[in-house]
Amino acid sequence: MALLQISEPGEATAPHQHRLAAGIDLGTTNSLVATVKSGEALTLANEDGQHLLPSVVQYQKNNIVVGSAAQQAAATDPHNTISSVKRFMGRGINDVKADAHGYEFIETESVPRIRTVAGDVSAVEVSSQILANLKQRVEESLGGELQGVVITVPAYFDDAQRQATKDAARLAGLNVLRLLNEPTAAAVAYGLDTGSEGVHAIYDLGGGTFDISILRLNRGVFEVLATAGDSALGGDDMDRSIAIWMASEAGVELDDAYLLRRMMNEARRAKEALTNADSVDVSVELAEGKQWTGSLNTEKFNELVDGLIKKTLLPCRRAMRDAGVSIEEINDVVMVGGSTRVPRVREKITDFFAKPPLVDIDPDKVVAVGAAIQADALVGNKPDDEMLLLDVNPLSLGIETMGGLVEKVIPRNTTIPVARAQEFTTFKDGQTAMAVHVLQGERELVDDCRSLARFELRDIPPMVAGAARILVTFQVDADGLLEVTAKEQTSGVEASVQVKPSYGLEDNEIERMLRENFEHAKDDVEARKLREQQVEADRVLEAINAALVEDGDALLNDEERATIVASLERLKQARENESAPKIKYAIDVADKATADFAAKRMDASINKALSGHTLDEFE
Amino acid sequence: MDRNYFELFALPVSFDVDLSSLSQRYQDLQRSAHPDKFTNATDRERRISMQQASIINEAYQALKDPLKRAQYMLSLNNIDTNSESNTVMDTAFLMQQMELREALDDIMEVSEPLSALEIFSADIETQIHNLISQCQNCFSDNSQDSLKQAEGLTLQLQFLYRLREEVEDREEALL
Repeated sequence: MALLQISEPGEATAPHQHRLAAGIDLGTTNSLVATVKSGEALTLANEDGQHLLPSVVQYQKNNIVVGSAAQQAAATDPHNTISSVKRFMGRGINDVKADAHGYEFIETESVPRIRTVAGDVSAVEVSSQILANLKQRVEESLGGELQGVVITVPAYFDDAQRQATKDAARLAGLNVLRLLNEPTAAAVAYGLDTGSEGVHAIYDLGGGTFDISILRLNRGVFEVLATAGDSALGGDDMDRSIAIWMASEAGVELDDAYLLRRMMNEARRAKEALTNADSVDVSVELAEGKQWTGSLNTEKFNELVDGLIKKTLLPCRRAMRDAGVSIEEINDVVMVGGSTRVPRVREKITDFFAKPPLVDIDPDKVVAVGAAIQADALVGNKPDDEMLLLDVNPLSLGIETMGGLVEKVIPRNTTIPVARAQEFTTFKDGQTAMAVHVLQGERELVDDCRSLARFELRDIPPMVAGAARILVTFQVDADGLLEVTAKEQTSGVEASVQVKPSYGLEDNEIERMLRENFEHAKDDVEARKLREQQVEADRVLEAINAALVEDGDALLNDEERATIVASLERLKQARENESAPKIKYAIDVADKATADFAAKRMDASINKALSGHTLDEFE
Repeated sequence: MDRNYFELFALPVSFDVDLSSLSQRYQDLQRSAHPDKFTNATDRERRISMQQASIINEAYQALKDPLKRAQYMLSLNNIDTNSESNTVMDTAFLMQQMELREALDDIMEVSEPLSALEIFSADIETQIHNLISQCQNCFSDNSQDSLKQAEGLTLQLQFLYRLREEVEDREEALL
């Protein structure tokens, strides 16, 4: 057996290599990608010099078009051209039918699909096309394969919407380092840019979503105190209000998909024109070649959108209340998202916060820039970085109890990651199974909350009612995704679920889609799997070697070190010569061999973190 | 790793917590434990990091807020204030609470409910503030008697926190 080489303590395992990472803002209307180059985070343009990629995908019989070209096709081919797909992410058939935007939705066993000439497609697949386009843009620009990305999501996205976003990334072949909340990303870009400290409100009104986050900035720490919002409210709704007004002025119904698209396009143009003008002429082609023309002035426009803007103020109040800060305590209000260009929005926000908001940073790019900064840190390009983002879960998480009521386990605006456990018991004598129904939302009745998942804990030993002690544990990770476990305490019977179904894709569906994608790309699935395991093996080898160099001498005896070194040697061999499953097995063995070491390292690191503080008062 | 929350933050077990130093230590701990610092680590290290960061968050929440801190300190003495069976409650206090709730219902009927709510809410803040200083005294003297007293005060505090939430809900409903 060849001896494993170990470098001197203090010497890095390898000369530090710059890893390629990017931040992606997957928006309702437009998407962007940014990356850190020579210390500066910049958005990347396509070959035509465009930074914004319209989030529009056109499905043709044998081709898929993404971006501006697809956007131009929207009016002539509305059924096959999908825009604002973000609104449908993680949503069930009833949600999308109520807000179908003229698409034909098909109910399936899992997620709803949109009918197109190229077959029925889910929102996750449409989003993955947008992500794949940006992936290609950044890889061509950087000249290499991306190691990981940070993808932004509205802070108010629920578990199903976050999971759907992660699934889309997986389909696009992206390694997601973190899902980052959009207002937090904006705060990072803004805060690092200006070096400001104190309490900030980020008001983020995009094409289809609204978020308000209250953060405290201190010594590189971005601590989100509270967030609130509406995941179906944005510039789209302003366009819709204008379109409805134009239709009524023109005396037509908006029941035709082609006319609706033309109206929406003209509405958006009018809205944008009113940013710098008091009045704008509008003109739409009706049926049978008839043309309607009219005029929209600021007064009328304000009247049409005031209701929508008012809808953003209640979340602002709620976020301040949850954060425990008053309007006077907010140092700055930062405007993010294209819809904050609307002068009326700025006016109303100035009134509400009693101070003019900051509008000098590009509201379209700031989210992607913040995501790129975090991606650069997470991928390991800034090992001594002081930056730390502490985010919260936007909605309360709970469980169904008797009578259709929801018992909250984790309230909204709790800092993540978070784990909470609660004990439940049986209702009937001899009850041997318990249905666990996981819900998200603020209301007390099950019917008013969003169902996230259902699972069953079986084989509970028969006992009298109330004797079983069933501990249900909720764990929310740093991406805001939930995992639930249930365990009967007296017998040890256990069940767990990675919260997924209800409105999500099943793992095997994603697997199948991946397979189909590869078939199109003439790629070999097996080769791909092998490559993935090799990359994973490299990562594990590097991580454990670095840990040995750092803490091996201090925390391990000779025997412990020998076991770890042997498992690494085995993994190295597997990585060079063996199949994907064998590499995976060797990774698991190495992981087990380092279990105690990993726990000791964490303990030592915690002790070290506070070593500067005295403990005199103690003991 | 079975440290209590005070030990985790290297702070003495005391109701008097210096909030700025607590927040400073919280940030220092998260800088070394947060999952963002372990994105390139092994799955096991990432799992441990998530668990440890969850504990630090929980501990910070428990020590930051006076009510949660009181509840936690009582739990260290095996007194559970969260269970519904705990009824160590002063009758006079309960009567007063019922009156407060009735007063709150009446407020919703007056002509200027928002400003009336504001006055009502200021009164509750004063009561909360008083209870917290009483708690402070009880916890500083660690006898069985004063712990019993602290338990009663904590239950009253729970009551007032819920009432405060109710006031906020009504405020929201009026806007």
